[in-house]
Amino acid sequence: MKLLEVQDLEVKFATPEGDVVAVNKLNFSLDKGQTLGIVGESGSGKSQTAFALMGLLAKNGQISGSAKFAGQEILNLPEQQLNHIRAEQIAMIFQDPMTSLNPYMKVGVQLMEVLIKHKGMSKQEAFQHSVRMLDAVKMPEAKKRMSMYPHEFSGGMRQRVMIAMALLCQPKLLIADEPTTALDVTVQAQIMALLNELKADFDTSIIMITHDLGVVAGICDSVLVMYAGRTMEYGSVRDIFYQPTHPYTQGLLKAIPRLDTQGETLPTIPGNPPNLLRLPVGCPFQQRCGFVSEQCQQAAPELIEFAAGRQRACFHSFTNTSGSQS
Amino acid sequence: MTKFIFKRLLEAIPTLLVLITVSFFLMRFAPGNPFSSERSLPPQVKANIEAKYGFDKPVVEQYFNYLKNLVQGDLGPSFKYKDYTVNELVAQALPVSAKIGAAAFILAVLIGVSLGTLAALKQNSWIDYLVMSGAMVGVVIPSFVLAPVLVLIFAIGLKWLPAGGWNGGAVQFMVLPVVGMMMHYISSIARIMRGSMIEVMSSNFIRTARAKGLASSYIVLHHALRPAILPVVSYLGPAFVGIITGSVVIETIFGLPGIGQLFVNGALNRDYSMVLGLTILVGALTITFNAIVDILYAVIDPKIRY
Repeated sequence: MKLLEVQDLEVKFATPEGDVVAVNKLNFSLDKGQTLGIVGESGSGKSQTAFALMGLLAKNGQISGSAKFAGQEILNLPEQQLNHIRAEQIAMIFQDPMTSLNPYMKVGVQLMEVLIKHKGMSKQEAFQHSVRMLDAVKMPEAKKRMSMYPHEFSGGMRQRVMIAMALLCQPKLLIADEPTTALDVTVQAQIMALLNELKADFDTSIIMITHDLGVVAGICDSVLVMYAGRTMEYGSVRDIFYQPTHPYTQGLLKAIPRLDTQGETLPTIPGNPPNLLRLPVGCPFQQRCGFVSEQCQQAAPELIEFAAGRQRACFHSFTNTSGSQS
Repeated sequence: MTKFIFKRLLEAIPTLLVLITVSFFLMRFAPGNPFSSERSLPPQVKANIEAKYGFDKPVVEQYFNYLKNLVQGDLGPSFKYKDYTVNELVAQALPVSAKIGAAAFILAVLIGVSLGTLAALKQNSWIDYLVMSGAMVGVVIPSFVLAPVLVLIFAIGLKWLPAGGWNGGAVQFMVLPVVGMMMHYISSIARIMRGSMIEVMSSNFIRTARAKGLASSYIVLHHALRPAILPVVSYLGPAFVGIITGSVVIETIFGLPGIGQLFVNGALNRDYSMVLGLTILVGALTITFNAIVDILYAVIDPKIRY
């Protein structure tokens, strides 16, 4: 059985200007111990996908579709059942460690309450276990840190606390929502190395949400490229990096700065992601795509499995081009 | 923290001194004096009385004499209630006002915070609309309108409660004054609390708490209440002053023998030492209370350290 199987996941927000479809018919699955990267620009719906799985959507959000975690449907569960899945089965790390910890509570208390709630531990047990977990995320002087407040920690240290907090109950799945975006580059590398290590130690599957393709290359097994709430391309990390077939993926890969091509202008994808309230008819990427044709403006391309474990949504047939058309 | 408290005490001295000086000279420069209404007095007698209270001396000398007595804790004799000192009168009246004021203040905080939290958690439901429209009414109706209406309904109409008087502080005599005094503050606190609770509940760390699988009630009590109550705490300073000044109205309407009534009578009778004494008392209480609010802030918010 797959650890997580998501089918036709759709997230809709009711706004005064009309319904916004933030996530549109998303399908993916995850095996035990595997890491899936969800890649896309800001507003492509990747965070909302994670929030939908955790039941953390804003009040005006609606979910449809199905997400089976170890065989159990987890979408639209009542709060009480959801609270047994959160932290126990699926844990989450957030984008901004500066604001994701409660500034009014000692870090130790914020760690311990998870164990007291889910594992029924006594305060002493929870304290010991939390200290061990802080040690595991390489927090120096873990015991002393327990009685400190978040504002006494640096950004990187706070993200370590968040990671320790997420792993306290040894969840089977960890959703990391841009865990390194708000951090310095050197700290980013440390956090990624730590996640890679912990993934092996705790045998946790990870959904890594990011816009940083370097992060994807470092930790992921498979990649889902999202644009305007839809899947553009899906495949193994090797395939996506070496044989990208979707113009959007190709554009993203070309926009990575390289050390060996000095002096050249960095290619970019022109324009901005479309307004989800006024999506164009047809392919959502048409306005920024170099290969746009009449067909693209009439209907959105279906997501098609064109090879084993490879999916893409594009009318054009670049089978093995690695971006050489432009 | 001890250093902070000590510093606040030292700062209070010049503040109080300015307060005393301004009040003292304002009162002296106002036309008339405590005995000017008693027109029938022969000039000889009047001069004698004035000499007895030291009014024949230059004003500046009177001022320093007053300060000298004040340092020894003596607020002077009352000019209106002869045979009584201001100290004695205040000692009689203060417990009445303190009892009414403290009850109104504590109830306003408890009820206001609860109602505000409830409205925030049930945002845009009928509970929210009910609480907020009630709070709107409570904020706009002044106590000098509310109190007589309460008397009309509960004392004269339904005859459930006495219309006024103190009766040694029996509970049924306290109900209407306390309600009349606290409605405004319940409403203000509920409005403040609702706003800040809604803001806190949509913050990132509450999302983290939810992702940790904690129960909603636990999240509200342990994660949200502390940050959400901070704006209420900063409102407590002005609210405290409002309760004190409000007691003037409430005590007059219900005929309560408290500080507020002393204040009114003192002002009407030009009872210099009484008004000055009460001004100092209220000033000192206000300063003390603001210091307490600052300390509360530090207790609630770990980022504030003095």
